[in-house]
Amino acid sequence: MNIVVLVKQVPDSGAERSLAGDGNTVDRTGGTNVINEMDEYAIEEALRLKDETGGQVTLLTVGPDHALESVRKALSMGPDAAVHVSDEAIAGSDALGTAKVLAAALGTLEYDLILSGAESTDGGVQVMPHMLAELLDIAALTGARKLTADGDGFLVERQTEDGYEVVRASGKAIVSVWDTINTPRYPSLKGIMAAKRKPVTAVTLAELGVPAGEVGAAGAATTVLSAEPRPVRGAGQRVEDTGDGGEKLVEYLAAEKFV
Amino acid sequence: MNRYRLLPSDEAAAILELAGDIADRELAPLADDFEERGEFPREAVRVLGRAGLLGLPYDEADGGGGQPYEVYLQVLEVLAYRWLTVAEAVSVHTLACYPLAAFGSSAQRAEYLPGLLGGELLGGYCLTEPAGGSDAAALTTRAVRDGEDYVVNGTKAWITHAGVADFYQVFCRTGGPGPAGVSCVFADASTPGIVPARPERKMGLNASPTAQIAFDDARVPAGRLVGEEGEGFRIAMSALDAGRLGIAACAIGLAQAACDYATGYAKERQQFGTRIIDFQGVGFMLADMATQIEAARQLTLHAARLKDAGRPYGIVAAQAKLFATDMAMKVTTDAVQVLGGYGYVRDHPVERYMREAKVLQIVEGTNQIQRMVISRTMSR
Repeated sequence: MNIVVLVKQVPDSGAERSLAGDGNTVDRTGGTNVINEMDEYAIEEALRLKDETGGQVTLLTVGPDHALESVRKALSMGPDAAVHVSDEAIAGSDALGTAKVLAAALGTLEYDLILSGAESTDGGVQVMPHMLAELLDIAALTGARKLTADGDGFLVERQTEDGYEVVRASGKAIVSVWDTINTPRYPSLKGIMAAKRKPVTAVTLAELGVPAGEVGAAGAATTVLSAEPRPVRGAGQRVEDTGDGGEKLVEYLAAEKFV
Repeated sequence: MNRYRLLPSDEAAAILELAGDIADRELAPLADDFEERGEFPREAVRVLGRAGLLGLPYDEADGGGGQPYEVYLQVLEVLAYRWLTVAEAVSVHTLACYPLAAFGSSAQRAEYLPGLLGGELLGGYCLTEPAGGSDAAALTTRAVRDGEDYVVNGTKAWITHAGVADFYQVFCRTGGPGPAGVSCVFADASTPGIVPARPERKMGLNASPTAQIAFDDARVPAGRLVGEEGEGFRIAMSALDAGRLGIAACAIGLAQAACDYATGYAKERQQFGTRIIDFQGVGFMLADMATQIEAARQLTLHAARLKDAGRPYGIVAAQAKLFATDMAMKVTTDAVQVLGGYGYVRDHPVERYMREAKVLQIVEGTNQIQRMVISRTMSR
C-alpha cells in the first residue's frame, strides 16, 4: 500500500508564539519550529500500515525552505521519501489555497491512502482533509482513533466527544488521526543517518501547474479582519469545601469536559 | 534547554534533539519517583538503547554510532539535565564497552560488540576493590587459568549497575604483584559464582545501584580475555581519560538543571514586592552559576575535541573533570540557597541535585587524584 502523509512545520506550541508584522499571519521565522504534533501520529500510523502491507510512505509538505528541517526529522522516523512544495507565492495562503497546492501535488503521486493529523497547532481549522477529499474526489474519514485496511477500503473508528463512530470507505481515502490512535516511535540514530540519503523532491507552483494568483494572500477566500493577543490569565476559581467540595469539583470538571 | 552549541554536523543536531526528546518525555517524569524508591529505570535505559544512544562513540562497523566524543558528551549532558542516574548509566556502559572496542581481537569484536553496543544489554565495570580505590594497580582479585577457563576469586567494590548489568568487565590478577600482573576479562553477569551484594545505601543517585560483587570460583571462558595477559592495567588506564570526560559532562548537565530551576524560581518568588532575581545578591549568584557552567562546558568540549583530533588530552580531561565537578557542587549548593527553605525540602529537586553532585567529585578518580595528575605533569 502506498501512503502519503501530510506534514506541516509549525511554531513550537510549547514556546511563546506571535503573529508576523502584518498582524494576520503566524510568525514562522522566530523561535523554534517543529513537526505539527498530530502529524507524528499520522506518520506512525503510516509506518505501522507499511509494516503490515508493504509499499512506500511518502511525506508531503508545503512551506518555506526551513520546513525542510522538519521533513528530515520526520524522515528519520522511517518514511521513504518526501515532496516539498516551496514557492514564495504560497505565503499567506488560507486553507483553501493550501488545499489547492496539496491537491495538485497529490495528483503527481501514486497513493492508496492519504494520512494527516486531525489538526495543526497553528491554524487549527481542521478542514484540510475535507477540502482535499472534495478536490481529489475521494472519501474523507476524519478524526480517527483507529484505522484498519479493510478489503478494498478503510475502516475507521471516528472519535467523538461521547464515544466513537465506525465509518468505512471504499477505494482511496484521506484519513486524519488524533493522538489516541498510537504512540509515535522515536527516531533512531540509524534513522537519522538514513534520512540524510532519502530523496526529497522540491516542487514549485509552476511545476504543479497551479496559477500563482489562486493562492497566497491575494488568492485567499478568507481574510483575517483583526487579531487580539490572548487575554492575561485570570484569577483561578476557588471552591470552599463546606461538605460538598468534591461534588463542586466534579461539576466543574464535567462542565469543562475533563470527565 | 536553549544552548548556543557549536556542533560538527546536522546529524549531531538531530541526535541531540532526539536525546532531548527522550530525556524530556521518558526520563524527566520518572526521576523523582524512582530516586525516592531507589529503583533502577531499566526500561528507560532500553528506550535510549533502541534509539542507538548506548554506543555513540564507537565505530559503526562494530555496531556503534560513529560519533565524535564531543557529540557523545553533549548527549550525556542533555540526559544528565533530566536525570543523572541515566546519564551515569550511559557513561558507565560506554566505559564498560571500551576494553573490547579498543583491545578486543577482531573475532571478539565481531562476536560481542554488536550486542553490547546494540542497546539491549547493559554493562558494568569492575576495577575498584574494597581496599583499593585510587591505587588500582594493587588489586587482589585473582584469575587462575584452569583448562579452557579462568577461575576468578575476589571482591570488587563500588560497582555501578551491580545486579542489573548483563555483563561486567573484570580487572583481575593473572600474574605477580603490581600493574604488570593485571588482566581484563569479560564476563556474563549470569556466570555462576558472580554474586552482587546488597546495594550500598547512598547519599544520592539512589536509583543507580552500587554494590560489592563477590567472585566465588566464577569460571570465565579463556576466550574472553581482552588483550594479552598482563595488559589489563594499561587497558584500565587508557579508559580513564575518556571516563573522566563522561563524568564532567554529567556534572555540567546536572549543574545546568540546578541553575535553570533556581532561575525559574527566582523569577517567580516575590519578597518585599520584588522578584528575588532582581535583588543583586540573588541575581549575581545566578550569573556566577551560569558563567561557571559555560566555562566547564567549554573546557570539557575542548578536551573532547583534542581527543577527536587524535591529540593528547589526558591533562585537559583531568582539568575538565576537576573543574566541572567542583563547579557542579558549588552550583547545586547555591541553587539550594536561592530557594532558601524550599530548597532544603524534597518538594523541589535542588536538594537532590546537591546530594547527587557530591559523588561526581569522588568517582572516576577523586578530585584530589585529578590535582595530582595535573601537578605531576607540571612538576616534571
